[in-house]
Amino acid sequence: MNWQALWLTVRLAAIVSTLLIAIGIPIAYWLTYSRWRWKFLVEAAVALPIVLPPTVLGFYVLVALGSRSPLGRWWESITGHTLAFTFEGLVIGSLLYSLPFAVQPFAAAFGAVDSRLLRASASLGDSPVLTFRRIVLPLSKAGLVTGFALSFAHTLGEFGVVLMVGGNIPGVTRTISIDIYDQVQTANYSSANHTALLLLIVSFLVLSIVYGLNRRPWAVGPWR
Amino acid sequence: MGGGSVAVKAKAKKKTAPAPQTATPASTHPISADLEVRIRKRFPNPEGTFNLNVHFRALAGFTILFGASGAGKTTLLDCIAGLSDPDEGRIVVGGEDLYDSEKKRNIAAWKRRIGYVHQDLALFPHLTAEENIAYGLRSLSATERTSRSREILARFRLDRLRDRLPAQISGGERQRVALARALVTEPRALLLDEPLAALDRPTKSSLVSDLRKWNQHHRIPILFVTHHGEEVFALGDEVIVLDTGRIVAQGRPHEVMRAPRLETVAQLAGFENIFDATVQALHEDRGTMTCRLGKDAVELETPLVRAEVGSRLRVGVRAGDLLLATEHPRGLSARNILPGTIRRLEQRDVIIAAMVDCSGTEFEAHLTLAARDALQLGTGKSVWVVVKTHSCHLMGM
Repeated sequence: MNWQALWLTVRLAAIVSTLLIAIGIPIAYWLTYSRWRWKFLVEAAVALPIVLPPTVLGFYVLVALGSRSPLGRWWESITGHTLAFTFEGLVIGSLLYSLPFAVQPFAAAFGAVDSRLLRASASLGDSPVLTFRRIVLPLSKAGLVTGFALSFAHTLGEFGVVLMVGGNIPGVTRTISIDIYDQVQTANYSSANHTALLLLIVSFLVLSIVYGLNRRPWAVGPWR
Repeated sequence: MGGGSVAVKAKAKKKTAPAPQTATPASTHPISADLEVRIRKRFPNPEGTFNLNVHFRALAGFTILFGASGAGKTTLLDCIAGLSDPDEGRIVVGGEDLYDSEKKRNIAAWKRRIGYVHQDLALFPHLTAEENIAYGLRSLSATERTSRSREILARFRLDRLRDRLPAQISGGERQRVALARALVTEPRALLLDEPLAALDRPTKSSLVSDLRKWNQHHRIPILFVTHHGEEVFALGDEVIVLDTGRIVAQGRPHEVMRAPRLETVAQLAGFENIFDATVQALHEDRGTMTCRLGKDAVELETPLVRAEVGSRLRVGVRAGDLLLATEHPRGLSARNILPGTIRRLEQRDVIIAAMVDCSGTEFEAHLTLAARDALQLGTGKSVWVVVKTHSCHLMGM
């Protein structure tokens, strides 16, 4: 078992899914409440990583992070090195890759909150933002946990994007799924099996938590 | 209603408001608590376009908004609360413009300080009764918030339910919490959309008396929506009758409800029996006249109104005003005693509705469960329907 790769992967997944809570909530809020007629285009763009081949996504992220792009140049001028083939670059790629797995459960949970509660909150003097904080977020707990868990699990197992953006640098960008690939390449099947099994069990546990939580959106409530 | 006309016509006869161009409400009513509404709103509904066009003023105290479902009551309340936008008009409360299409002014719902209790209450399911009640007191200090919500919890007899979630209390208690939650914020006006609809009678009346007591200390306008005639009499200082988006009558409950001049009002006011009738004879000496119902052989003696023999009228009789007898009654002051047969009996809550066929005309009579049992009433039983002359209300066609 490559503990270094495992630790790197868990760290990456934890950072990415935590950041996605901060990034995903405003996006999901906007997707839920905006009445902009072209909103569906944004929805499609957010969902894109679900269907896009990871290598395609990885390719564009690599180009965007490279020293020829404005972002890459800006990062280089601050830190002195490029984003590509670094852990930070991997975080950015993974954020995009797992974005829909956070935003979609968030938006579904926000949308499921009874609009009559929002109206009641408004008549009691709360602005839309306060209403969101005091009513929508607490009632969306299951959706928030789901989004966190799904993006965590999804980042845990990513392969294509990591390979494109990060390469295979031990301790920096070699994640557990790349490690499995390496082991298979060197015909080290029993080690590959251990790691793969671990990934399988963790993924199953995470999904069990998600589905267990979503059996009932909230434990007590007269409207469900 | 003038479909394309720009000016909003005042439908209310009694109350008139200053014209918006000539006076600002702030200068004419500096400390008035009144709620004045003059709005138009069109929106599509299953039957085509719905046109809400109302103008009224509600003073401190109860104003009943009465009308069948689909009359536009909830839309009207939504507009006042700021949850829905009118097309044009003006909404003023306590001298402040909440909405004025001419001044392009439209205050957001959460800044209006209008209490709104909807029929389905919308209690926050994740908060306890006390947290629900304290919800609108966010801007107060924690101690002030607690004392205010404890006070209203006591007043509405909810103390022991303080820490329960909405799912853990009864329907009547939920209603109290919803009401207390709106009242504790000391709104400038209170909108109640059928808040008693789901309650049994004793719960209803105790809640109403709590609300009345509260209103004595907090003199604000309370708009109370209902489609139950009896609630109008129990509560109303003033009643506004709404029909398909327009005000068709306004006044004190007994004026509007007891002597309806309009067919729409009559239907709404709970006349279960409405018949087309032809005037057969006038008895000016007795102050009555005889009317024949429909094409049937049934005749009713009704109060005398200005009408010609042979003219057509409509007669309305409340089901609760009819008596049933199993034998031909003697020595009775009522002038109309009609033989008939019970077609069917329906139980509605604690009322029995008896459908009685009198030579082809069907009357609906309401009686108590006890009366049904005492008279051993059942389908097919022969009875006498007794109608007092003054229980017959006449309307023009």
